[in-house]
Amino acid sequence: MSSKLFLPVYALVILVVTASCASTPSIPVGTTGTQIIQPGAPGEMAQAFDTAELEAIGGLSHSVADVRFMRGMIPHHGQALDMTALVPTRATTNEFRSMALRMQISQRDEIRLMERWLTEREEVIPPPNAHRMMMAGDMALMPGMLNAGQMEQLASATGQEFERLFLEFMIMHHEGALTMVQTLFNSSGAGQESLIFKFATDVDADQTIEIMRMRRMLEERR
Amino acid sequence: MILEQISGFTHRGTALVMMLVMTASLIGGFSETNAQQVVPDSVTPAPLFTWDPNDPRLELGAGWMNAESAIRGLEQVSAIPRPDGFFNPATPDDGRFSNTDLAFQGQYLYQGNYNGFQIYDLDDPNTPMLALSVVCPGGQGDVSVYGDLVFMSAQETRGRLDCGIEGVADSISAERMRGVRIFDVSDLSNPMQVAAIQSCRGSHTHTLVVDPDDSENVYVYIQGTSSVRPTEELPGCSGGEPDEDPNTALFRIEVVRVPLDAPEDAEIVSMPRIFADAETGNIAGLWAGGDHGTGTQDTRRTHQCHDITVYPEIGLAAGACSGNGILLDISDVVNPRRIDEVLDPNFAYWHSATFNNGGTKVVFTDEWGGGGQARCRASDPPTWGANAIFTIEDGEMTLGGYYKLPVPQTETENCVAHNGSIIPVPGRDLMVQAWYQGGLSIMDFTDPENAFEVAFFDRGPLSAEALFTGGYWSTYWHNGRIYGAEISRGIDVFRLTPTEHLSQAEIDAAELIQIDQFNAQMQPLTIWPAVVPVARAYLDQLVRGNGILNDRVPDVGNILDRAERGTATTIQLAEVAAQLDQDATAIRAGTLGGDAERLSTLAELLRNLGD
Repeated sequence: MSSKLFLPVYALVILVVTASCASTPSIPVGTTGTQIIQPGAPGEMAQAFDTAELEAIGGLSHSVADVRFMRGMIPHHGQALDMTALVPTRATTNEFRSMALRMQISQRDEIRLMERWLTEREEVIPPPNAHRMMMAGDMALMPGMLNAGQMEQLASATGQEFERLFLEFMIMHHEGALTMVQTLFNSSGAGQESLIFKFATDVDADQTIEIMRMRRMLEERR
Repeated sequence: MILEQISGFTHRGTALVMMLVMTASLIGGFSETNAQQVVPDSVTPAPLFTWDPNDPRLELGAGWMNAESAIRGLEQVSAIPRPDGFFNPATPDDGRFSNTDLAFQGQYLYQGNYNGFQIYDLDDPNTPMLALSVVCPGGQGDVSVYGDLVFMSAQETRGRLDCGIEGVADSISAERMRGVRIFDVSDLSNPMQVAAIQSCRGSHTHTLVVDPDDSENVYVYIQGTSSVRPTEELPGCSGGEPDEDPNTALFRIEVVRVPLDAPEDAEIVSMPRIFADAETGNIAGLWAGGDHGTGTQDTRRTHQCHDITVYPEIGLAAGACSGNGILLDISDVVNPRRIDEVLDPNFAYWHSATFNNGGTKVVFTDEWGGGGQARCRASDPPTWGANAIFTIEDGEMTLGGYYKLPVPQTETENCVAHNGSIIPVPGRDLMVQAWYQGGLSIMDFTDPENAFEVAFFDRGPLSAEALFTGGYWSTYWHNGRIYGAEISRGIDVFRLTPTEHLSQAEIDAAELIQIDQFNAQMQPLTIWPAVVPVARAYLDQLVRGNGILNDRVPDVGNILDRAERGTATTIQLAEVAAQLDQDATAIRAGTLGGDAERLSTLAELLRNLGD
């Protein structure tokens, strides 16, 4: 190797940006004047893109089916919370309570996400007791939801009988959620927006795993 | 990034007691009569780790482009907001325009985005200048680059073959594109989409792979993580469980061969079942999902890889595969073969992997909470949502230790371990890493059991009231700078500055490594030249670690000064080298204390300086 020195060249001008400095704008000032290009399908020429087109996205980005999915999933999750609320006083093991608690936390977080999604799109949020209205027959039940009789049966069970019933009903309940995801993705124009795509995909992945886990727990109890 | 799946709740080991208290209080908070009543967030559990109470990252003011910031061991040289057409002025939290991954080629930086990608000119490496914006939605938009070819992941059902922004109305459509797009950007005024490789689960991420024995092709591993599309849309796709559906698109990756002289002919050439059980042949041979016992994390099922990092020079790849970390032999690129797998009871979701330069360690990240949740709070365990550092010996991985951002973040900052890359400081293993709204943190993992922080940059939350998804997606070292891809704030550029943990010589030695192309998921091997800054870096490390006799320090310093001026003779350099070798021999014989390995390396460097 050569003994010749390699000294890094230091930049002469260093633009120091202090994010907290008072003159910094609070919203971004985009870089303008540079071309925006939209390529075509494979093999086709690209074309210039007009940012005004992006504004049209807003109206296209969510569909009636998306809103129906979100508005249906909120009471669906709401009933899951009613079901998990029965667990602490009726289950026999901490393992069972801990599973229900995890379920409760994630369903509650997801309800918040769905409510925020609807609010931001100026859509109506279902009332907090929508799932009970469904059970009372005032509205149609979403797929997999327990009817009033089943809910009563669950609430009046205790111990191992409760655990077995809970697992059976919650598996049915979760399978209903998977059906709702399928319906969403089978609907024209649905699931297009990044957020709802991710949310529905994750509901599908998480509930599939929870179903498998509950099936194992059910086997152990037979 | 994935959305929150299961809020891990139970805590491990010493935190168990705490967990029981919390569990009891939360269970106590269940109410049968009003089940939807939300347990108040004001229940603040006790901290699970300690931190420096004077850390400047605590209590930074919130803001989108005007948040307060804290910095140590770095200087910020520029901040480039997202360009027109790639942000929504009304909110930082519009997922259609999130910045994602970065790649580098020649003088250009490629910034992926859910809405397409941008090309920035790095003629001045401190100040990326926008050269071209490309609209082509599909999410996540992770990018890689090879020569004039740009590769981009598309996974969403709205992705269109023709790069249109209008989505795809029909649930079954030939217009839909989920997979890897390939663009030819040789003409910046006409970036052509030359191929669109459709795959069953789309492409959440992808990894470029070169075969050292094959100069005519480049390969792409597709990592699909979302739902499997119907066979009516893409023949052969089905997403059943393996016992009922042996051809399921779950439990595999796809390998694409891209002929460099005809990239339009790129096609999937294999779909390796890398999770298969070697004995039974069961394709679902790894972690089945669930927790690992009381107080452990709930780990996702291994039916996908979130990310694979290949290291062609050593013939290995590390897969972060949902429920497991795996090691692959990629000497046959088209047919990667699993040689080891690890589990971790603290991991929720195995997300990404980074080797050290020597290929003797691998850092796996755990994206607990999916990237959209606050997981660096004082109440979050320091081994959850963290890095796990494994050593690799004879193809077997062994856990060394964990590293997590050492200072708590707020409830409105999504934060968890995310993407990073190696900083080429000789003699040490340093990684610069993104922690979403936790900022960036440089980790020294030379000793895997005692990883520590060397430098950091952090901004306050986007909002003090609401959790908006933001922060760094990736922070990568490239040719002497650190480039940070901020989801909603654009690109930040940093340089290292010396501190007690890192000397100017070590920085100089890292900055002199210049490479033409960098994709973080295809790690390059760094070989440092025998030059004075590299020798000084080792000397500084020996002094810092008390690895060298005090008497030797001025001798080495003087000879390096003279070498720098060109006045050191070969014989003089060899004499000092011989002294160091002698000390190293004595250390190895146990008659002297010190750092034999670094002394030998420094001695070798001095001899090479004289050649």
